[in-house]
Amino acid sequence: MSFPWAKEYTPANGFTKWVDEKLPLPRFVYNAVGAGYPVPRNLNYMWNFGVLAGFCLVLQIVTGVVLAMHYAANAQVAFGTVEHIMRDVNWGWMLRYMHANGASFFFLVLYLHIFRGFFYSSYKAPREMIWLLGVVIFLLAMATAFMGYVLPWGQMSFWGAKVITGLFSAIPFVGEPIQIWLLGGFAPDNAALNRFFSLHFLLPFVILGVVILHVWALHIPGSSNPTGVEVKSESDTVPFHPYYTAKDGFGLGVFLIIYCVVVFFLPNMLGHPDNYIEANPLSTPAHIVPEWYFYPFYAILRAFTFDFILEAKLWGVLAMFSSILLWFLLPWLDRSPVRSGHYRPLFRTFFIILLVDMAVLFYCGGAPAEEPYVMISQIATAYYFLHFLVILPIVSSIEKPKPLPYSITEAVLGSDKKAVLGENTQPAT
Amino acid sequence: MADATGAAAAEPKNIGETSETGEGGVRRRDFINIAAVSAAGVGGAAVLYPLISQMAPSADVLAESTTEVDVSAIEPGQAIKAVFRKQPLFVRRLTPKEIEEANAVPLSALRDPETLAERTKDGHLDMLVTMGVCTHLGCVPLGAAEGENKGEFGGYFCPCHGSSYDTAARIRKGPAPTNLVVPDYVFSSDTTITVG
Repeated sequence: MSFPWAKEYTPANGFTKWVDEKLPLPRFVYNAVGAGYPVPRNLNYMWNFGVLAGFCLVLQIVTGVVLAMHYAANAQVAFGTVEHIMRDVNWGWMLRYMHANGASFFFLVLYLHIFRGFFYSSYKAPREMIWLLGVVIFLLAMATAFMGYVLPWGQMSFWGAKVITGLFSAIPFVGEPIQIWLLGGFAPDNAALNRFFSLHFLLPFVILGVVILHVWALHIPGSSNPTGVEVKSESDTVPFHPYYTAKDGFGLGVFLIIYCVVVFFLPNMLGHPDNYIEANPLSTPAHIVPEWYFYPFYAILRAFTFDFILEAKLWGVLAMFSSILLWFLLPWLDRSPVRSGHYRPLFRTFFIILLVDMAVLFYCGGAPAEEPYVMISQIATAYYFLHFLVILPIVSSIEKPKPLPYSITEAVLGSDKKAVLGENTQPAT
Repeated sequence: MADATGAAAAEPKNIGETSETGEGGVRRRDFINIAAVSAAGVGGAAVLYPLISQMAPSADVLAESTTEVDVSAIEPGQAIKAVFRKQPLFVRRLTPKEIEEANAVPLSALRDPETLAERTKDGHLDMLVTMGVCTHLGCVPLGAAEGENKGEFGGYFCPCHGSSYDTAARIRKGPAPTNLVVPDYVFSSDTTITVG
């Protein structure tokens, strides 16, 4: 957002002036992430994860394109070419571990980013479009990560492909033909692997496109902040550069330290050992689970074990997809005019319960499909839907929020009178 | 469009529009507009169809095959896994106790009611031939090989989402909707079956 006090871009020399007249790209960057973009001064560390998610996307695209130079998408040789990357290609072991763990870190960052949005109600007006585009990005990221995991053609790859395409076979009448169309055969084989490679290459660029829309939509109202109170005057903001470029840079440094520890010392911690066994179409591993970042949704999928009007299989698939599609409705389910969870005591209690509920789903998704895990995930699934469809609308209409600060400046300094107005302010006469 | 039509009716701008305006302000060129958009739509669909259809099974995948399985070496209580159209096929010789168990189940207790006799060939009640593909999301159930978990109904157990099948490979518990599929097959001799 261009607040009236946003700094004006002035070309420094003849060359930048010449460029600015022909194609004002430096001006665009200056106004988007430079000093020309005023941002609330009270953003906490939960506001670091958008930039980190963007970083992860770039990391995955760069390492992904590089890996595609050495990988062959053919069921006969795919597993072998991945081992070839690990053993023969210069730095191949590092690049492969970077890409594989990069996906885990991407999802870790996305989840924190999403939970930030849940708690601070970042989805509320006027930021609904940012939220909707964010959910689209999340769905695309899930599809991309799934297809990437198929490429090494290990046991988990193969059976993951079978199960996930099998989700579509639950659709009445057209389900079976759709699964066959997706796989290009009756079971995962060369045709499936080949097309998953093509789509795994394509989708990150689609994600990049939606990310551009996401950031564009963000720049219209400007960033939200931990108080949920909108920006009122210049003292509420600081320019993005250098204040938040520096803070995001620091956050990136912390992120990279943790990421490098995992890539270099624990590269297989987050993966599944069964994927080091080549795909065997005749034998499903005894304990098949998806990647950790799909656990909660996997638990929802298999919580449905009994027929009730519809088949259990279809219920599971519908529940799993709607557990995420539900997020699209969030701006309209939460009707409280107060944004930040800091000023909503009842909402905050239920938010914490939701986090616990999702942790339970996460745990059950990774556990075997046996009692008591099935029953626990049934209860947790029921609560998950209850939270969004019943509790949230009720809480948002009955709760009495705590008093909000007058402005961001007051929230930071205790009083608006102490406001240090910005350098663009005219001295009082 | 509405504005243009309205303006044309109220205040004709050129000769063509005056003469072509029919009842209710509909002009003959409105039809041309609809026809042009329809033609573009049909053309677009014709281009889209091959782009979608290319992902369907190709000719080499569709070239169906049959599989011959020698069942003479299977002892009662044993099962073998064969391959049929790139998917596992379970051939199991039931013990008298397993046949008895399968027949003792009332049809009303089944999600997908079928008797053991309906799932086997006449005179071969002990020879159970099914696809080894769980009808839930397509994993290979355990229970065919020695020492594998057969589930609580003594047949097959799918590790992916916990479906249990009984000794006639009928679904008894878990999310799978139907029994394990019995493919088309015939006994080409007493000891060989031809599947497909």
